[in-house]
Amino acid sequence: MNSIIDDIRAAARQLLADGKVDVVIGYEKGSLPLKSTPCFLRSPQDADKLIWDETCENNLATYAATTAGKKAIIAKGCDSRALMVLLQENQLVRDDLYIIGVSCPGVIDKNKIEAETGEIIEATITDGKVSVKGILCDKEYNFTDVKDAYCQTCRYPNPVLVDLKIGGTVEAPQSDFSDVLALENNSAEERKAYFKEQMSKCIRCYACRNACPMCYCQECFVDCNAPKWLTGGVDTAENLLFQTGRALHLAGRCVECGACSRACPQGVDIRALSRKVNKDVKEMYNHESGISEDIKPALNVYSADDPEEFLVKE
Amino acid sequence: MGESQVNTETKAYEPKIAAFLCNWCSYAGADLAGVGRFQYPATIRTIRVPCSGRINPLYILKAMANGADGVLVSGCHPGDCHYMSGNYVARRKFALIDSLLKHVGLEEGRVNFSWVSAAEGVRFAEVVKGVTERVAALGPNTGVFKVDGGGTDE
Repeated sequence: MNSIIDDIRAAARQLLADGKVDVVIGYEKGSLPLKSTPCFLRSPQDADKLIWDETCENNLATYAATTAGKKAIIAKGCDSRALMVLLQENQLVRDDLYIIGVSCPGVIDKNKIEAETGEIIEATITDGKVSVKGILCDKEYNFTDVKDAYCQTCRYPNPVLVDLKIGGTVEAPQSDFSDVLALENNSAEERKAYFKEQMSKCIRCYACRNACPMCYCQECFVDCNAPKWLTGGVDTAENLLFQTGRALHLAGRCVECGACSRACPQGVDIRALSRKVNKDVKEMYNHESGISEDIKPALNVYSADDPEEFLVKE
Repeated sequence: MGESQVNTETKAYEPKIAAFLCNWCSYAGADLAGVGRFQYPATIRTIRVPCSGRINPLYILKAMANGADGVLVSGCHPGDCHYMSGNYVARRKFALIDSLLKHVGLEEGRVNFSWVSAAEGVRFAEVVKGVTERVAALGPNTGVFKVDGGGTDE
């Protein structure tokens, strides 16, 4: 990936020097190993801070609407899809946006590694190998084995909307909804038990919501006092209400970037809910969010012959 | 909606069902059932909404969190919406809600969707009968969304 970073830095430097943009939103090295952190560059000298590797896991579209002025954004496939949805929903002005598109081979799921090695003390990534020095043990991984679950089923690793494309393209893996099907094939009781277990882990810190590029409501339903959707108590049922409520808010909008799951400190399987909704949206309305400017969000349109299997049988 | 309701005469369990009815069709249908004196079980608690398109998925979840044993959502037949397309956009939402709730393990029959027009008083009574039977068969709400203590601290 490393000739790419020179091009990214050069592009960022040029854009800032020419005054085409006020800020470049990209990634810099984080304070922890295998973590990058979003950064906001405002002067050309800072461009060398930018990095580009398999740790660039945040969805930068999250910061697009809240950053004032003209901005350039470094966008992976999912970031660009998120930007597309935000543009469709009139959250962004296209003229204020300069998208530096980079194809993405996937990002590392740090939680997967830490489950084995304990807290990571040191890590290096070279040629598709991730060497980790952990508190419990040292281990070397193939990148493909520790790739995030979302990236493994990602159908759009190449940016869909760009002003400047850097680097080559990545071949999109073939993927279906077999992960959802596997869960669907379980009995209702098994699924109930599965989600109960997952929801019992949730501490409702709302890190998933904060990391999500689509969660931009000025007042989220979880913060709303009248009506009070959630009481703030510790309750598995309320956790499920939050997670399903959020999944339904993202219906036809979720771009499957996985920022929510990676942000989760408790390892809740948020993906199980969002993938199910995405599968339904794809099957019922043949819609995938943010892949084209011409396709309207699935829940903004309708057709006279939409499926009606949900009606009560009389 | 704390403790479950029992019929005073027959001592049989009667579910409590939150019924979200659209103002223009289903609510008028319920009204017609009343005016026409078509009997149906007194299990529903009607909540009148301007349009089925106004129904937020959270209404359904919160009703169950607060202890409703079942939910009935009803609006105009597709094509008959007072606001032209409200029930069409609602239909897409309902299909996703229904599918996701079943996926997370909610029993089939807890949440029910139907179209009832203002002229279908008899049918409204039939729908409520059917929904009541299904929910009664499932028993009191102990489901995935039921919050202990009623889900409200107000």
